[in-house]
Amino acid sequence: MSIVLTPMEETITLEPTEVWLSNPPLTESDAAPAAATPAWYRELQQKSWERFNELPVPTRTNQHWRFADLKMIRFADLATAAPASDPASLVARAKANRPADFSAHFVFANNRLIHSEIADLPAGAICLPLNEALAAHGDLIRGHFLQETQTLGGDKFAALHGAATLSGLFVHFPKGCVSDKPVLVHHFSGGEGQLIFPHTLVVAEDNAAVSVVDIFESIAESEQTLTVGVVDLIADRGGKIQYVSLQNLSDNGAKHVQINNTRAGRDASVKVGFINLGAAWVRNESLNRMTDKGADCQIFSANLANGIQEYDQRTLQSHEAQHTTSDLFFKNALYNKSRTIFSGLIHVKPGAHHTDSFQTCRNLLGSEEAEANSMPGLEIDADQVKCSHGSTSGQISDEEIFYLQARGIPADDARKIISLGFLNESIEKLEGDELKQYLFTEVERKFAKLDEDA
Amino acid sequence: MSQSLKIENLHATVDGTEILKGLTLEVPKGEVHAIMGPNGSGKSTLSKVMAGHEAYTVTEGTVMLDDINLLELAIDERSRAGFFLAFQYPHEIPGVSNANFLRAARQARLPKGEEVDAVAFYKEMYLKMDELGMDRKFTGRSVNEGFSGGEKKRNEILQMMMLEPKYAVLDETDSGLDIDALKIVAQGVNSMRSPERGFLIITHYQRLLDYIVPDVVHVMFDGRIIKTGGKDLALELEEKGYDWVTKELVPA
Repeated sequence: MSIVLTPMEETITLEPTEVWLSNPPLTESDAAPAAATPAWYRELQQKSWERFNELPVPTRTNQHWRFADLKMIRFADLATAAPASDPASLVARAKANRPADFSAHFVFANNRLIHSEIADLPAGAICLPLNEALAAHGDLIRGHFLQETQTLGGDKFAALHGAATLSGLFVHFPKGCVSDKPVLVHHFSGGEGQLIFPHTLVVAEDNAAVSVVDIFESIAESEQTLTVGVVDLIADRGGKIQYVSLQNLSDNGAKHVQINNTRAGRDASVKVGFINLGAAWVRNESLNRMTDKGADCQIFSANLANGIQEYDQRTLQSHEAQHTTSDLFFKNALYNKSRTIFSGLIHVKPGAHHTDSFQTCRNLLGSEEAEANSMPGLEIDADQVKCSHGSTSGQISDEEIFYLQARGIPADDARKIISLGFLNESIEKLEGDELKQYLFTEVERKFAKLDEDA
Repeated sequence: MSQSLKIENLHATVDGTEILKGLTLEVPKGEVHAIMGPNGSGKSTLSKVMAGHEAYTVTEGTVMLDDINLLELAIDERSRAGFFLAFQYPHEIPGVSNANFLRAARQARLPKGEEVDAVAFYKEMYLKMDELGMDRKFTGRSVNEGFSGGEKKRNEILQMMMLEPKYAVLDETDSGLDIDALKIVAQGVNSMRSPERGFLIITHYQRLLDYIVPDVVHVMFDGRIIKTGGKDLALELEEKGYDWVTKELVPA
């Protein structure tokens, strides 16, 4: 089967890179002057733009796009986002609903920083919007920024991102710098046909520990917007990173592409959480490399899909050294005619002996018309390896509902409690009680919306 | 107004097979009754039928909780009306914390618009957990998940203590318990004995009845109560074994 697509290059109405630089997607007061961005960065943008134009639009024959609804990546009439009209109200919105405990809070709207607040950052930590960071700390960024060349299918999006991004946060925790409170980053997008390019770059140097939470929300309902985001996470020796993405965009119109690249070095540990509640279509790619002895990556996801939402998630757990570990635990709760796709590969590379690697994807089907696709995969090229992968799909068991009902809880509430618990199992594995409570409440809020829709 | 849990001529089938065959008994408020019987006599079926499990079909008879016909109520309504079943095999609910579960059960008992007072709720729960020797960590753990047999049974008793039913049925609560856990569970039940509450304790062994001393003992066999007596009946049963029941008590 083949689907004819209009090539993206022709339909996407982006200006070439040169024009981007003379008209940066930020207001003049927010943006660093073009001259302040380092030459290597301008070159990277130029190359990314060329690459974006060279790369083909994904097709069915591309294994990384199996089961995907390719109509979702037929983009037309997109433009770089204009400034949001009422930033003050967005800042108020972000402040009114955020985890209680944080070290810093940044709010972006349509690629522009509209608010920043430092509450409790440890000495030495750098937390700056990307455009400012490029001017002030270009050398710290260069070695880590968009360096991943492997891809899980989203290379064209990654290239577009590289050509355009000047938005999002650079978080750098130097040696030994530790904070258990998360850095919060809100990304608002809005306006018909608007594009945002948030970038999150997190570096934890030796024995540093940092937590970052990206929160994506729509400015208004029912607007066609597209996120083309990339997250680079780098944990050096003994470094610890927790990164969480809460995608809470409007389920009517918003599309969201997020590509995560994680590199865990010696004895480093990285936890990644994807919570998808909103957006009409989501593509998450999570490439996790354990590059040195003792590296550990844990990847969690909790997704609640209803209506005609489609969540498409592709992951790689790449074990590239001995004694590395990883664990992936994804959960999808599906209602109505929603679809999810999970494709995950564990790759234990030659020489990566004594690897422990696990992968689980569980789907809870709340409707007969919902569709969950799972493609777990395993490739082992080393010895003394402990690996398991599994994927299950099922409905809530009658016995579970009976047990709750027998305690006086009405059947509909029982179903909701069980589904929430199902998703919560993934959220529970993250660190930070305040953060978990916040995420849980957001999932609960979406469940309440399902009731209204029903 | 009647003040008892009254089962009359109860017949129930599962998959077309009749398991309960005209069972009659009455537990007045303030009393503790025990049902003993060999495996397969229908003891657990009785408890599930009273709770409203959908696999069982009642073909005849009534179960009256004071003046309410329990069989006409939905499962959750029975619980809210004051009926409680401590399960033999409590289900695991992954991702739902014990505290949230109990809170939801309490919330379901409040009028619309009213919220459980969280502070008072936790205080009460901690107190009752202390009584049962349950570690505080059980509040945050998923309901019954990874609990040992004894922990699950203790958790059932905690739920009973928090929901304060008018009538409680304990289905083989002693199975899988070591003697220390048995004592604690019994203590929990005894602390709830009151003139306002009735208990029906289903058990295979007499052992539990050393700690929860019943007012009345019923012997169940083949879906019916075939003998009723005082607490000594349990001892007699223990001594003579269930063969005695099947050979001598069953009317020809």
